Amino acid sequence: MQEELSFSFPILSFLTFFPLFGALVIWGLNDQKLVRKATLGIAGVEMTVAALMLVFFVPDTAAMQFSERHEWIPFLGVSYHLAVDGISVLFLGLTAFLTVLLVLYSWDSVTLNPKAFFMSILALETTFMGIFSSIDLIVFFVFWELMLIPSYFLIKLWGPGEDCHGAALKYVLYTLLGSVFMLVGFCLLSLNYFEAKQVYSFDFIDLLSVPIALSDQLLIFWLIFLGLAFKAPVFPFHSWFPHALVQGPIQMSVMFAGIKMGTYGFLRFSMPLLPDASSNETVVAILMTLGLAAVVYGAIVAIIQPDFRRLLVFSSISHLGFVVIGLFALNFQGIQGSLLTMINLGFSTAGLFFLAGFMYERLGHTDVRECTGLAKKMPLLATFMLIIGMASIGLPGTNGFIGEFLILLGVFQAWWVYGAIAVTGVIFAAAYFLWFYERAIFGPLKDSLPAVIPDLNTREWAIGVALSVMIFWIGLYPSPFLRMINGSVQAVVERLEPGTAIAQYEELTYPPTVMKN
Amino acid sequence: MFDLLVLLIPVFPLIAVLANGFFGSRYSHEWAGRLAFGSVGLSFLCALGVFASVLTNPEPRVVIAYSWFFGGNLSVDLAFLIDPLTTIMLLVVTGVGFLIHVYSVGYMHGEEGFTRFFTYMNLFMVSMLLLVMGSNYVVMFIGWEGVGLCSYLLIGYYYEKVSAGKAATKAFVVNRIGDAGFLIAVFLIFSHFGSFDYTTVLSQASSLSTEMATAITICLLIGAFGKSAQLPLYTWLPDAMEGPTPVSALIHAATMVTAGVYMVVRNHVLFDMAPIALTTVGIIGGLTALFAATIGLVQNDIKRVLAYSTVSQLGFMFLACGVGAYTAAIFHLVTHAFFKALLFLSAGAVIHSLGGEQDIRKMGGLYKKIPITHAVFLIGTLAIAGIPPLAGFWSKDEIMAHAFVHGYYHLYILAAIAALMTSFYMFRLTYLTFYGQSRVEPHVAKHIHESPPMMTVPLMILAGLAVVGGFLGVPPEHGWFHGFLHDVATPLGAEVHTVEMGTLLGLMGVAVAIALGGWGLAHYMYSIRPQMANQWAEKSPQVYTTLLNKYYVDEFYDRFIVEPFKKLGMLWDWFDRHVLDRFVNGIGKGTDISAEAITWTEKHVIYAGLNVVGYSNHLLAWSWRKLQSGMVHHYAAIIVIGLAIMIHLVVLWFAGSSSAGSSMY
Repeated sequence: MQEELSFSFPILSFLTFFPLFGALVIWGLNDQKLVRKATLGIAGVEMTVAALMLVFFVPDTAAMQFSERHEWIPFLGVSYHLAVDGISVLFLGLTAFLTVLLVLYSWDSVTLNPKAFFMSILALETTFMGIFSSIDLIVFFVFWELMLIPSYFLIKLWGPGEDCHGAALKYVLYTLLGSVFMLVGFCLLSLNYFEAKQVYSFDFIDLLSVPIALSDQLLIFWLIFLGLAFKAPVFPFHSWFPHALVQGPIQMSVMFAGIKMGTYGFLRFSMPLLPDASSNETVVAILMTLGLAAVVYGAIVAIIQPDFRRLLVFSSISHLGFVVIGLFALNFQGIQGSLLTMINLGFSTAGLFFLAGFMYERLGHTDVRECTGLAKKMPLLATFMLIIGMASIGLPGTNGFIGEFLILLGVFQAWWVYGAIAVTGVIFAAAYFLWFYERAIFGPLKDSLPAVIPDLNTREWAIGVALSVMIFWIGLYPSPFLRMINGSVQAVVERLEPGTAIAQYEELTYPPTVMKN
Repeated sequence: MFDLLVLLIPVFPLIAVLANGFFGSRYSHEWAGRLAFGSVGLSFLCALGVFASVLTNPEPRVVIAYSWFFGGNLSVDLAFLIDPLTTIMLLVVTGVGFLIHVYSVGYMHGEEGFTRFFTYMNLFMVSMLLLVMGSNYVVMFIGWEGVGLCSYLLIGYYYEKVSAGKAATKAFVVNRIGDAGFLIAVFLIFSHFGSFDYTTVLSQASSLSTEMATAITICLLIGAFGKSAQLPLYTWLPDAMEGPTPVSALIHAATMVTAGVYMVVRNHVLFDMAPIALTTVGIIGGLTALFAATIGLVQNDIKRVLAYSTVSQLGFMFLACGVGAYTAAIFHLVTHAFFKALLFLSAGAVIHSLGGEQDIRKMGGLYKKIPITHAVFLIGTLAIAGIPPLAGFWSKDEIMAHAFVHGYYHLYILAAIAALMTSFYMFRLTYLTFYGQSRVEPHVAKHIHESPPMMTVPLMILAGLAVVGGFLGVPPEHGWFHGFLHDVATPLGAEVHTVEMGTLLGLMGVAVAIALGGWGLAHYMYSIRPQMANQWAEKSPQVYTTLLNKYYVDEFYDRFIVEPFKKLGMLWDWFDRHVLDRFVNGIGKGTDISAEAITWTEKHVIYAGLNVVGYSNHLLAWSWRKLQSGMVHHYAAIIVIGLAIMIHLVVLWFAGSSSAGSSMY
């Protein structure tokens, strides 16, 4: 059975509901300045607690930690079950980290009803925390769907684009459609459990213990796939993505680009629960094809984008392709690299969206045809863009390299041809980023630009520094992070050995208790 | 003690990077400069200490800094390998690097971006040191891409110039093509050996099949050709001359571009097992040597001539690898570092004294005005042209002799022609720059001045090295240099060729004749009959313009590689906006229509159906029985249908509650 470690303090519930509580508190505040200070305080406390959780997290094991479990809907087997393991733990830290940066970013850039805005951001944080800490499928699904509410309003009400209403609606309907299929998949898992045990359960750990026929696994896999792929978004289900990220506010783009719920779902649920479907030849071939298509397609489309935000959208799609192929390489390096890359994107791609935001606030657009030579006016912006951009294109010494290198290594060991194709993505990435950088940052200053363009202020500088610190930390000394994730990655890899979930459940041991790296 | 010395080598410049990068604006340029060259100087002293230790104990030693990343069956340490090959590279990189840093302080004096410049330069030193010191392919790759980044930053140093930005991007992207090849090779190596460490891989190399060895080495070569600017990936290097001249000397002549040669020699065990790869190295090297030399014949920019000369000389080094003369390749790498750094730096002094002029048609007669620069430049020219007993003679002669003696006559002929051209274009450059009538523009001529000692002293030291550096490898094939590198650079199964002394002396004679021939021709064309060159150019304009335009290779790449990719991007972008997006919107519209259909159904069918309630009860009972069938697929179908109806209702609500349905798209 899955080992579970409990903790004397319900730290995951705190992390999940504290931001929501904070949102209610600032609802009662009337002073605008107080609102943003309170929000920063709440996000800061949240991040401190998340950091403490990372400190107390036991590395090198696959055990579920900080476990909390309470009955919720007993006759359906739904329980309020929160726990984290190596797969999810870093996402909580990342969410808390990015939320603080978002609050700093929004400090005085939000003019339309800042109180509602900050409340939405905090509510969003709650749903993200819930998504990453719940291991009951229904609880997970509830947070997954609740996430749509704050994000819908953030895009619709605070989106700078002309078509932000359309983008918000499209985003909600598109992902809602996918999650319907996912819910069906979850129900089928529970029904399958019922057939074996005569009770219902939606608990991830319970579900691991019953065998599932391959044909059912395949059906459920594709149902869940639709939910995850729409949200991720996996090529070619990405058409809401450019819309929402270009029309919506930068804050939402940062979260969408930085926090990879969709691919997290594959690793969290699909692969351990449906290991035979996940390692099925057809499934792998399809996922690999989609992933590689995303890598190449995203990067080549990104090359010619004149709008920085749209470029980042396609860069993000390309990176997500890397994550997908790494996951479905089905070996240690591939999965480890994918997981690390998902975290990395929260610093690199999300970081570049912050920078796009800085540009947008000063220039009113992020179009490279209308801005050249920004290095002259904004050397700090230029420096941070270089650092974060280099992380994004995987330069050794930055976090991006470790993730991308591991993914490519994993894919290469599984199918070297796929690996060789994916390596071209590395070249295109350099092309799209550097060509943009050359045009926007280098060159003579464009005459049509405003005469006074202030460089980054202290708050913005702090955002850049925080991101850079993480980029170099993970790039140069990733050991603490790798030790946190390695145990669970190993467990997933072992789970993917052929036949684990078809076999009789008496023999199942998921996962082995304590792992050494 | 040894470990500490090794670790300190890259740490000193790293400290300077951090200090100048973060706090450089808080103190004077003077201190930033001192910190920059001082740190490299300290690295050089440590390298000397390491060298002394290696002299007594040449066994390879691994120094582990810390465990970098790991998991599963993989473990990568940030670790350094110290053996004679590394030591030679360390001395070259830190020694020449130190001199160039000192020179740069004088050269860059008063520049606005002075601190930024030295931050990048020191970062380059760190990367280059990781490249040559790394004990596994991944650490080498940090350096490999790191030097590419620094090269990018320094080429784009004058970022306001459009051409500098373009050249920087080009350098990085072309290098990345090579890096991708290198990465594939590294993955292949791991797939086969399960390790990235040189010691493991190279000691087990004999377990490789020839096909695998060929695949690995060909991929490594793509990396080497990108970094070391060989055909067909050389185009970025001439453009890289947009950077400040010390950068060209350090990165694009003495150190970074030789990384490919170092890498091939480091992995020569793998290359020895792959005859096809070796042949490729030799032929590409020979062709590049010749090809670049022909372009060098007609260029008018002093730095571009030197750039093509660098490409050509790197070709010589690869040719040496191709014929199994690994020691000679490294020997030429070392001497080339001396004389090419010297040439670039003295060219920089010329440009400096002329206030930025780089066109040799606007120079001439400078030898009286800047005598020290003239003297050192002349020494550099003599060295590269292969006039004995200067450094270039020994190393180049050794390569050519090795090719000849081992029966690679085709490569020998390529090399001989390239050597003749080298001598010619270098003396052409010298004559046009320093002798003859002054063609300097009058307003510039007034300000011509000799460079400050900060610049001339390093030049004189480099000139000294260019004169005596060759004696490290005398007598050919049996000098101190060869003994030192014997264990790390001797090809597998090398036969001992007993070559008659007469043959060697004869080959030397030919080499000297070639060098003198080039000199004589240049002397005749540019000193005795200076109008002759123009007459030749007018007589065969096609040849001249083709050479002047570098065989139109850049245009070819633009047209057939860059543009098609941009077009593809445009096409796919169109596809994304107009096909994928339309498709989704179409579905959205479709749901609108079906929502209306459902409303209609509700009105006309369901209410009507209420009339037959009795029958429906019957139906319900039947379907309930079906439900209990235990078939997961049936459950799925039912839930999907149910949820689809729910979704339709949601859409209905949206469509009804606002005009969203129409405004949405």
